[in-house]
Amino acid sequence: MTSTDNQSYYVPDSSPLAVSTSVAAGVLIAGIAVALNGMTFGDGGGAGWSISLVGLVLLTAVLFSWFRTTIVENRQRMASAQLKRSYVLGIQWFIFSEICFFAAFFGSLFYVRNLVGPWLGGEGTKMGGTNELLWQGFQFAWPMQITPQDAVGINNQMPANNGIYSGADQVMHWNGIPLINTLLLLSSSVTVHIAHHALKAGKKSGFNLWLAITLLLGFAFVGFQVLEYHEAYNELGLTLKSGIYGSTFFILTGFHGFHVCMGAIMLSVQWLRSIMKGDFTADDHFGFEAASWYWHFVDVVWVGLFLFVYIF
Amino acid sequence: MGEHHGPAKGIKRWLFATNHKDIGTLYLWFSFAMFFVGGLFAMVIRAELFQPGLQLVNPQFFNQMTTMHGLVMVFGAVMPAFVGLANWMIPMMIGAPDMALPRMNNLSFWLLPVAVILLVSTFFMEGGAPAFGWTFYAPLSTTYAPPSTTFFIFAVHILGASSIMGSINILATIINLRAPGMTYMKMPMFVWTWAITAFLLIAAMPVLAGVVTMMLMDIHFGTSFFSAAGGGDPVLFQHVFWFFGHPEVYIIILPAFGVISEIIPTFSRKPLFGYSSMVYATASIAFLSFIVWAHHMYTTGMPLAGELYFMYATMLIAVPTGVKVFNWVATMFGGALTFEAPMLFAVATVFLFSLGGFTGLMLAIAPIDFAYQESYFVVAHFHYTMVAGAIFSISGAIYFWLPKWTGKMYNETLAKLHFWIAFVGFNVTFFPQHFVGLAGMPRRTPDYALQFADFNMISSLGSFVYAIAQLIFLFVIIQTIRSGTKSSEEKTWDGANGLEWTIPSPAPFHTFSTPPTVK
Repeated sequence: MTSTDNQSYYVPDSSPLAVSTSVAAGVLIAGIAVALNGMTFGDGGGAGWSISLVGLVLLTAVLFSWFRTTIVENRQRMASAQLKRSYVLGIQWFIFSEICFFAAFFGSLFYVRNLVGPWLGGEGTKMGGTNELLWQGFQFAWPMQITPQDAVGINNQMPANNGIYSGADQVMHWNGIPLINTLLLLSSSVTVHIAHHALKAGKKSGFNLWLAITLLLGFAFVGFQVLEYHEAYNELGLTLKSGIYGSTFFILTGFHGFHVCMGAIMLSVQWLRSIMKGDFTADDHFGFEAASWYWHFVDVVWVGLFLFVYIF
Repeated sequence: MGEHHGPAKGIKRWLFATNHKDIGTLYLWFSFAMFFVGGLFAMVIRAELFQPGLQLVNPQFFNQMTTMHGLVMVFGAVMPAFVGLANWMIPMMIGAPDMALPRMNNLSFWLLPVAVILLVSTFFMEGGAPAFGWTFYAPLSTTYAPPSTTFFIFAVHILGASSIMGSINILATIINLRAPGMTYMKMPMFVWTWAITAFLLIAAMPVLAGVVTMMLMDIHFGTSFFSAAGGGDPVLFQHVFWFFGHPEVYIIILPAFGVISEIIPTFSRKPLFGYSSMVYATASIAFLSFIVWAHHMYTTGMPLAGELYFMYATMLIAVPTGVKVFNWVATMFGGALTFEAPMLFAVATVFLFSLGGFTGLMLAIAPIDFAYQESYFVVAHFHYTMVAGAIFSISGAIYFWLPKWTGKMYNETLAKLHFWIAFVGFNVTFFPQHFVGLAGMPRRTPDYALQFADFNMISSLGSFVYAIAQLIFLFVIIQTIRSGTKSSEEKTWDGANGLEWTIPSPAPFHTFSTPPTVK
């Protein structure tokens, strides 16, 4: 049977893309593992970083080729309406899985703030519990600037604990850079929406302009976050090692920042496709639509962060 | 566009596969290979436990064996086997040409060998493989972990990525590629259970990724998620892990329910009793699986209100599960029953899984669990659900659909022999473990008190018998593929219903080029 037969389904040919992706991902991740182990347990892990760099280059090349293939197929009208619905379902469930990923960290934050912290401070136990036995003098407050280790003194704690967890000198207030970043990201969600509407109305120049503004806002957000981290490390004494406040702060904002970068890269690709290749029409622009959904998702996560990491 | 004459030649057919049947075959063989690797680890465990005292391996290596046995069986054997069945059967059952996203389908599979290489490479590293149990509780897996834990963490990340992509593909296929007329409430139960399983995977796997990421941060970057000295809590690990872990056990068992819901009506020559209640019961089990996780943690010092809530919520799961067991029995009631190998496995699954369910109910009762926690009773309980529930149903599924896949009939006598040896071996292995558990033998120990010696010896003998049964299984499959008798009729089993039984055997490389119409 050939593809010209009465075939309403499109099944792609066998393809080396997937297996190459998995080899590249394997090289990248094995390299990172070697590097991290070298950093923590041994010689600094120089070889590991080189391996992971090779893996990253390979992975980028393979993914570029994969997306290129898909885009070319679409330009040749090989993607049926049904396949496009599959793409839509794919990105929607992918975003759902990302929500669950962040839920794990938000859940951890709530558990620590509402239960673990008070318990460590001696609440809710008849005999004083671990507070009496291990962390005498520790009082819980959030943000936790005095860790249990700080409270008892590092030399007085039980020997089973290793690692130094010294609380931050100052907390990160919401009304500085975080507020600016909130405004940047919220307005970028609006601008990407305007771009979407311009595209649907067939106004390509408006689309290109508003998407460019979105990108500028996104990159500005990343730039401010770099400044924020710089301030945290150098002025506030807020680091990854600042106990649970620093841990939750950096894992939530860090993974969010990483996702902003991913979203910005995705939108940049769509912008370049639009201005260089003239891609996207009023009724065929899934690549942009998927990237914009992802961007809105990143924005919603930020609202959660702003409320529960910075304000409350 | 290239031509679709048939499969490519040689190794490229498998490396570059986009065909759902080829990828299903890859998954199934990969899973079978991992089943033997994990089984080998189990044999080391049972050989060491044959007698009290330390005979064969040192305790550190023993702990590596229990850890790797669990990880390889859960992530390498059982889950890929069901994904393989899903790949093969779901498109044929709903009248689709292939999976919705065929190239990503290939990526889901080929990530698995990468993950397994990372995982198995830890055996050859300084400090040895992870030895903290398949549940990898902190701080054993952080503060006191061997350096190879980094590789373990990344292996879990890759396995998770593979599962998420596989599940997205399965959901997109079920939602988008059903043939005209194939409404949701006409879908075969196997498709329904996989739709719900895929949802569970997409929701739970990212949480697992989150918890191993926190481990990674604690080990390498000085964070204190699981260290009370910094204001964190080792119990936080258990909460996040089991928020993934409890849905995970239903991820393993729901497709098994789907398989036996296909097999039992076929060999009872009656439609499935209470189809819609089966669908709702499956959905209820999936929902409940997200709100019962802390029943794995009764002895961590939860507040009383927490103990009570998780106890009652857990016992509630018995209701939809009871609905399912009732429906299977009611399907058989008054049917024209025959007991070919798939039916034997299905009936054994219903019976033995129910036993595992009852011990689960015992463990759900918080005050009683205080005594059973971390004993061999727990080991017996989850092997009755995981082995007799999942592995038995996978064996049944393979005999059930092998004629459709290969166009050849397996040797019924040998298959029945496989079943009976497996059935006896399984029960001899795990039934005595209830008793040693209730008598106080802890799990994950290379040595034990003398009063447990007899039952442990019986248990080890049973496990060797069970292992022999699996060699027969392998032999039957290879024999069928190489020299099985031709079985080319569409309907291998006279009681079978469904679209997959309307196409020739072996199923052609491309099944439906235009959608069939379902009345």
